[in-house]
Amino acid sequence: MIAIEVNGETVQANAGEMLLTALRRLGIKIPTLCHIDGLPPSGACRMCDVEVEGRPNLQPSCATPVVEGMKVHTHSPRAVRARKTIVELLLANHPDDCLYCVRNGNCELQTLAEELGVRVRRYQGARDRYHVDQSSPSIIRDPEKCILCGKCVRVCEEIQGVACIDFIGRGSKTRVGTAFDQGLNVSSCINCGQCVMVCPTGALRETSHLKEVYEALSDPDRFVVVQHAPSISVTLAEEFGMKPGADVCGALTTALRLLGFDRVFDTSFSADLTIMEEASELVHRIKTGGVLPMMTSCSPGWIKFVEQTYPDFIPNLSTCKSPQQMLGAVIKSFYAERESIAPEKIFSVSIMPCTAKKFEAGRPEMSRDEVADVDAVLTTRELARMIRMRGLDLANVAPQPADTPFGERSTAGKLFGATGGVMEAAIRTAYHLVSGEDLADLKVQAVRGLKGVKEARVQVAGLDLGVAVVSGLGNAAKLLDEIAAGRKDLHFIEVMTCPGGCIAGGGQPLGADGEAIRARMQALYNIDRSEGVRTAHGNEAVQRLYREYLGQPLGDKSHHLLHTHYAPRGVVA
Amino acid sequence: MIQVDVEPILNEFGDAGRDALIPILQAVQERQGYLSREAMIEVGQHLGLPVSKIYGVATFYNQFRFQPQGKFHIQVCRGTACHVKGSARVLDAVRQALKIEPGQTSRDGLFSLEVVACIGACGLAPVICVNGEFYAGMTTEKVDKLIRSCQRKAAENG
Ligand code: SF4
Ligand code: SF4
Ligand code: SF4
Ligand code: FES
Repeated sequence: MIAIEVNGETVQANAGEMLLTALRRLGIKIPTLCHIDGLPPSGACRMCDVEVEGRPNLQPSCATPVVEGMKVHTHSPRAVRARKTIVELLLANHPDDCLYCVRNGNCELQTLAEELGVRVRRYQGARDRYHVDQSSPSIIRDPEKCILCGKCVRVCEEIQGVACIDFIGRGSKTRVGTAFDQGLNVSSCINCGQCVMVCPTGALRETSHLKEVYEALSDPDRFVVVQHAPSISVTLAEEFGMKPGADVCGALTTALRLLGFDRVFDTSFSADLTIMEEASELVHRIKTGGVLPMMTSCSPGWIKFVEQTYPDFIPNLSTCKSPQQMLGAVIKSFYAERESIAPEKIFSVSIMPCTAKKFEAGRPEMSRDEVADVDAVLTTRELARMIRMRGLDLANVAPQPADTPFGERSTAGKLFGATGGVMEAAIRTAYHLVSGEDLADLKVQAVRGLKGVKEARVQVAGLDLGVAVVSGLGNAAKLLDEIAAGRKDLHFIEVMTCPGGCIAGGGQPLGADGEAIRARMQALYNIDRSEGVRTAHGNEAVQRLYREYLGQPLGDKSHHLLHTHYAPRGVVA
Repeated sequence: MIQVDVEPILNEFGDAGRDALIPILQAVQERQGYLSREAMIEVGQHLGLPVSKIYGVATFYNQFRFQPQGKFHIQVCRGTACHVKGSARVLDAVRQALKIEPGQTSRDGLFSLEVVACIGACGLAPVICVNGEFYAGMTTEKVDKLIRSCQRKAAENG
């Protein structure tokens, strides 16, 4: 501990930490535009400038280590004026499109302009004219709104290991774009949306499916069903001012009904279904000498990453479709038959934490007879827009249960929402498959928590399994490199594209910090602790589906509806 | 299109790592006349760098071109002396006559345009250089004439 003086008060700071970290801990709000928690400072924006006595220039607090005895003024007239000037300069060539902008009301640039009292356009710069890149199934890029903070570039490279975007050009012509300035769709972008999560402005947003959904809802000939992913109920509340981690599952269901959806299903049901198939596949691979380690397949960004960057590992990917696609498939087969509705009449919507799910739903492998299993994918943010437009205050909506036959879930399926959840659910069911009994203690502590890499050895009824759980594709790439180099101790690997898993997916409410993500995760663990049915195989509705329709895991019907295949794809990488 | 095998160039640089990126790109351009996509992709694979990065670095520097040079490579000087003598108008005249921007090559492959900072011929300002030959005291009219004569030359030589 060292002592520093902040705004006239002596306070303690940790040796070696950056000033910004210390100031934030003290509850002092310092604006930042280029800082990313957990990554080395880039010092690009200078919004975090503070005055340090004895130093002639303002110091960027994000990149200035604390020094014993330093005297800091965070909001001196000079520091505040500098910040205001920076914002004014950023606005000099900005489109000023706020009223029509997706970030209106939660834009960091807009907020700073307001907080710093920008009332006139002090600098007039030539407007840059760029095309909006709408080529991607998941992400829309509008370079005119970009302030070149560089966060998207760094997240894409340093967290995701994808690096499909970088700064192009120089000086006033600098912009962010892909190799050869092509559309994102032909780049190595994996559609994860992590760039959207860090973008301070409306330069990045998801490709919206709202129009299609509204059209379907107002078409009397369409039967519109909706499913919501395991993580949605513990993140949506934040869009309505509630505390991170509040679980609004029941209110969410009611809200979806009020929005006009004919049936409301729970993707956690099909997460249980996924586990039945995936755990069976794992046991089958182990017993028959199949390709190991098996790797999970529910995160579509990861799948594209393997297909384009690590095609040698395609045989390691589980052939299971993701829960979204499994539910989509049984809705348009089993359910359509049971209810005597033509599959083409069904419009199947899913609410996902994820922008890559939009890409996944559009994959040609994910339709049968030219009918897509899932027709539209909305992010948590898009759903929140619908709920607001409908004038609903989620906090005051009375909860209702989901519809049968896809509304029941175990807590294992719910755990899919966080990194390690698929692993934990799979271990519970694999144990049961091998031994016929349930684990004495269902909780698998070693795979819980927000760490990017978690490894453990688990005993599944006589089988000694090496398991690894990684999130963030940079971490996944490292592990794949180890395996390619000869590492042999692993049997099963869970990979989530986004750091932390779906609770921190690219479609989730913006502006969540580490603490909020932890609260979302805890909410899922609380659900698991407090409910009775905690294994996928214990989900009675899933068992019924096998009895009435599918037969057995890995059977013919399952193979046809619930499994898929992958192929190498060429991209500019 | 001139396609150059990049491998010999990469071999020349041996085990040189990422710090050799710019010299490598220079060598490729030297041989190829420009940086083709294929070459940048190959350089990226060789150095273990994403192509987005290669493209980002290459576009940072004025010296790199991304289209093959035209039969007539036109360099317009925008140095101080030329600027004072009205080179902005000269550049505009070339852009309008050829319908290309600096760094680009006309579709027929005849012309490419480059802006240079100071070509070192201040006495001739404003000056244009076509395939190494200087044209002094340029005006809008002279630009049109020069381009027409290039087109004639190209037509004559088939
Ligand atoms: S990005 Fe922000 S400041 Fe720019 S138009 Fe959108 S809301 Fe306004
Ligand atoms: S969506 Fe993901 S992969 Fe694509 S640009 Fe953004 S961060 Fe990179
Ligand atoms: S797109 Fe957004 S995150 Fe990327 S550099 Fe521009 S403002 Fe920053
Ligand atoms: S946040 Fe410190 S320089 Fe951008």
